[in-house]
Amino acid sequence: MDYTNLRRQIISMKKSLFDQGYLDEQFNQLEELQDDSSPNFVDEVVALFFKDSSRLLTNIEQALEKYPQDFYRLDSLVYQFKGSGSSIGALRMKNECSMFKAHCNDRNLEGYRTLDDSSSIPASHSLLEQLHLIPWLTQMPPVTPEDEEGACHSEAEAGDIFSCKHKHQIKGPVST
Amino acid sequence: MTVEEVKLQAAKANGGHGAKDQFPIGMRVLAVDDDPTCLKLLEKLLQHCQYHVTTTGQAATALKLLREKKDQFDLVISDVHMPDMDGFKLLELVGLEMDLPVIMLSANGETQTVMKGITHGACDYLLKPVRIEQLRTIWQHVVRRRSCDARNNGNDNDDSSKKLQVASAEGDNGGGNRNKRTSRRVRDDNGDDGDDSDENSNENGDSSTQKKPRVVWSVELHRKFVASVNQLGIDKAVPKKILDLMNVENITRENVASHLQKYRLYLKRLSVDASRQANLTAAFGGRNPAYVNMGLDAFRQYNAYGRYRPVPTTNHSQPNNLLARMNSPAFGMHGLLPSQPLQIGHTQNNLSTSLGNVGGVNNGNLIRGAHMPLQDTSKCFPTGPSGNSFANISNSTQLVTTNNLPLQSLEPSNQHLGWLHSSAGPFNSFVGESPQFPDLGRCNTTWSTAVSSSNVQELGQKDRIVNGPKLEPLSSFTEASSQIPLLGNEMQSQVASLASNGLPMPFTQEAVPFAYGSSTNSREMLNNNLALSNSGINSSLPNLHIDGSVFERNIDGSVVTRQTLDGSNSGGGGVPPLQDGRIDHQAVNSHLNYNNELMGTSRLQRGLSGGLDDIVVDMFKLDHADNGVPFIDGDWELV
Repeated sequence: MDYTNLRRQIISMKKSLFDQGYLDEQFNQLEELQDDSSPNFVDEVVALFFKDSSRLLTNIEQALEKYPQDFYRLDSLVYQFKGSGSSIGALRMKNECSMFKAHCNDRNLEGYRTLDDSSSIPASHSLLEQLHLIPWLTQMPPVTPEDEEGACHSEAEAGDIFSCKHKHQIKGPVST
Repeated sequence: MTVEEVKLQAAKANGGHGAKDQFPIGMRVLAVDDDPTCLKLLEKLLQHCQYHVTTTGQAATALKLLREKKDQFDLVISDVHMPDMDGFKLLELVGLEMDLPVIMLSANGETQTVMKGITHGACDYLLKPVRIEQLRTIWQHVVRRRSCDARNNGNDNDDSSKKLQVASAEGDNGGGNRNKRTSRRVRDDNGDDGDDSDENSNENGDSSTQKKPRVVWSVELHRKFVASVNQLGIDKAVPKKILDLMNVENITRENVASHLQKYRLYLKRLSVDASRQANLTAAFGGRNPAYVNMGLDAFRQYNAYGRYRPVPTTNHSQPNNLLARMNSPAFGMHGLLPSQPLQIGHTQNNLSTSLGNVGGVNNGNLIRGAHMPLQDTSKCFPTGPSGNSFANISNSTQLVTTNNLPLQSLEPSNQHLGWLHSSAGPFNSFVGESPQFPDLGRCNTTWSTAVSSSNVQELGQKDRIVNGPKLEPLSSFTEASSQIPLLGNEMQSQVASLASNGLPMPFTQEAVPFAYGSSTNSREMLNNNLALSNSGINSSLPNLHIDGSVFERNIDGSVVTRQTLDGSNSGGGGVPPLQDGRIDHQAVNSHLNYNNELMGTSRLQRGLSGGLDDIVVDMFKLDHADNGVPFIDGDWELV
């Protein structure tokens, strides 16, 4: 059973997320809220976040295409994004959103790569999908059918789990 | 969570109402946020604080829940940015209809947005991401509101103390929204004899922890009071001595003190009005020539100052006809005024804004501000007649007609406009009917312009009429409506200065020719209005030294500062209050200069003040729960 490795990997992934500033202490709060009455709390929240955020991202992309100059609309969408992200502790995403809003206020998106592939908001959002792994830290059962899954993923990159066919509780959307 | 689930949870939560001993454990919170992530997080956090949580992602659902069972929730937390309804709008509605404490939640922490939340009545404003520590203390808002309400319900006592509490409770809000709601409730409690206090009692029945029986100033009681005052001498009458002289049980010094305040205001109004009436000899004739003038003036005042100022000046001629028939309404307004001079907007911002608005610079804002009073009025006067009278006023007078007002363009105004138009009573019906009067006074005067002018007059500052009226009525109305931005310190200072300049008016018995509040409704309204204004006065003026010492009140900002005016802070170059809170009269004058161009402001002011006297009389009378007997007649004794 290799879940110790998996656990270790997840822990280090989480740490790196924090170190790189993708997550902040708000995420710790989320974790603290998880208890016996809601054992999957973190997972549920993260799942909700991704579900909602993918919708938001789509809206933003559409807005950029259809109404490229409608800064008010963009600002409003990004504001929602920011709110969501900050609630789960997605620090970097929140900052990116703030910058985006600032640019909107300046009516100037030229110098800011917003939602193209290399831009920051979707990028930071994608990375956050790793968050789905974190609940596993608490959910790793001592003995399990995960043995098989653990073996499956022990050397896997975090992102690969998403493509794994094993039934995980990962509910995030496919990265945009 | 579906609505059904929400309801179930709420029902369970309601069952936990009996656990109020364990408060704040089990406090019932309604959380509204369109963002499911935040909502879920909020729910969890609140559950961790051991509150009963109900969540919904839609403001409309939230309102529905709240309306279905008003006492099902203790507190509402709402996001600002929601797709189906603006958070501020929800905030207003909850405050108006349910009078629950509302906490705003937003990722946007800009000062302006926070200010907007506060002025719309939010108890608190939290930033996302919300931390659990912040949520652990939100129960304080519920307690604060309960204790304020309990105190308001129970006592006909120092409004100032209540206001102080309200103010302190809402200190962080800049004295805005919470003040508005609470002070509105305070006013209701103070003003009404039985009905409102009963309502409030019912509302607070379950949650109040303190209640004292209301003191009803019956005719007998008031006669004793007046006799005592006269015996002591109006200048020397202090509550303690009055109390001793009256030798009545079950009233406290505080009861006497507040009644004395009202009485003094009434006296002032009478004396100023008397002098003003002497000046008003001409004009309309009609039943009550003097009063006609006053009514006319008052009406013009309204025109001049704004709330229902006709769009361009097309209606200037029209009001004249209407004004001629405004006797009673004018009086109603007048009645409202007396207590108002002291109801000065407690915030400087409001003051400057209101000044600017009064000056008609921001007509739209004024309208909006005026708009709010309507809300209050509707809330306070759910009765048909009240509404009718108000509607009558608005319908009958082009000035007041909503059609002419940009109100309609205002989102919140739409609701009220409907209310305004609800009754189709002819304007003529106002003539000789005081009932409608209060409405007019109440609603229209929220603009305070009329009031302030009348107040100014009363203070005997003719040269300052222009200045005065603006400030006072606005403040007073703000008080009444709890939604009108108060002029705040500026008005207060001005009123104060005016007051100090004014001499204590000799008490002159004034026959009140116009039928006063023949209907209980009108009396109620008057009472309410007066109560409101009184309460506002009591609490709103820390810096005022009226008559040198009569009304030392603490400006606790309890005056409703619901800023219905966007950008009120920057309102049309409102006169910034001076450091010590006294307004710069010159600046105010400049603001008010436009008034001179408009209708006879001064006359209006005078008219208004006269009306206020009537209102005051009525106010006192109303407490007696008599029917149809004008209180003034023979009840007042001259000192």
